[in-house]
Amino acid sequence: MSPRGHRRNGVVRSYTATGGRAAPSRTSLDEATLLIADPKLPLAGLQAQAYRVMDLCLPGVLSVSEVAHHLRLPGAVTKVVVSGLVDSGHLVARAPFTPTADQHDEDFLRRVLHGLQQL
Amino acid sequence: MDSNSSDRRYVPDRARSVKVLVLGPFAVGKTTFVGTVSEIRPMRTEERMTRAGELVDDLGGLRGKVTTTVAMDFGRVTLADDIVLYLFGAPGQPRFHRMVRSLMEGALGGLVLVDTRRIAESFDAIDLLESAGLPYTVAVNHFDGAPRYDDAALRDALTMADDRPLVWLDARTRASAKQGLISLVTDILSRPRPEPAR
Ligand SMILES: Nc1nc2c(ncn2[C@@H]2O[C@H](COP(=O)(O)OP(=O)(O)O)[C@@H](O)[C@H]2O)c(=O)[nH]1
Ligand SMILES: [Mg+2]
Repeated sequence: MSPRGHRRNGVVRSYTATGGRAAPSRTSLDEATLLIADPKLPLAGLQAQAYRVMDLCLPGVLSVSEVAHHLRLPGAVTKVVVSGLVDSGHLVARAPFTPTADQHDEDFLRRVLHGLQQL
Repeated sequence: MDSNSSDRRYVPDRARSVKVLVLGPFAVGKTTFVGTVSEIRPMRTEERMTRAGELVDDLGGLRGKVTTTVAMDFGRVTLADDIVLYLFGAPGQPRFHRMVRSLMEGALGGLVLVDTRRIAESFDAIDLLESAGLPYTVAVNHFDGAPRYDDAALRDALTMADDRPLVWLDARTRASAKQGLISLVTDILSRPRPEPAR
């Protein structure tokens, strides 16, 4: 059984925060997804909330939840704005780690464990 | 921690995130746990929900339908120069189940906090994690004056499977709180891995 695959059930969509796009392709945005801004894309023409997100993300990497916190936006609204920026290429989304059978993943988990032990 | 050192706001460029949920009833110590482990001042986001438990992702149009605002605490701790752990403390009330289920997606696992004075109030969190098939550890957050049962009695009261880890901790100190996370990750490492996708 996979916990994935029914993401974003129960989200009420509307046009208001999305700037009128009917169906943004926010496929795998997670609260813990890290956002990496592309400094080469122009900010001109971005809506106010999208501009604020870029302003926050250009200096460094942050998670979706931190963006919501710093900009005092509800989490679900933040996901909509961020998804638009991922679609336009302004942001690259790096999803949180979930383990597979891959040896690399086991090594990663061992490093997670080691990091916790060092705390 | 201090707000003018703006570089501390950001995580390392190469970082991969890991998400762990901290669940349990009201006042069991979720916010305390997140704050103890977090390297930065704990943060919060809020969600607005309709009566039907749907998240509202709209800044304007649905105001009349919104009945609840729910705050979610989260914290962050850097575990390596390319690993950042995010902890999310999720509210326990049934009306937030839908939100918690969506929070469980993409999570490595969950920590269920238990207060021995009201063990049954943690059933709900365990059920949610089990139905999502997510690994979890049960952590008794020991409060002064609360009963100390032995592990077997506690497992029995929680109807916990024998293979689920159970730890005792104090959410107020990092050295103790981290044992819950160590237990969770140790358990995940000991499990048979799912087959890689082809
Ligand atoms: N004695 C004791 N008190 C605790 C512990 N953890 C939390 N508390 C206290 O219990 C209360 C509720 O904790 P909180 O973290 O807000 O619970 P939450 O509702 O689950 O987020 C606060 O007053 C905490 O200071 C603990 O391990 N031992
Ligand atoms: Mg709390």
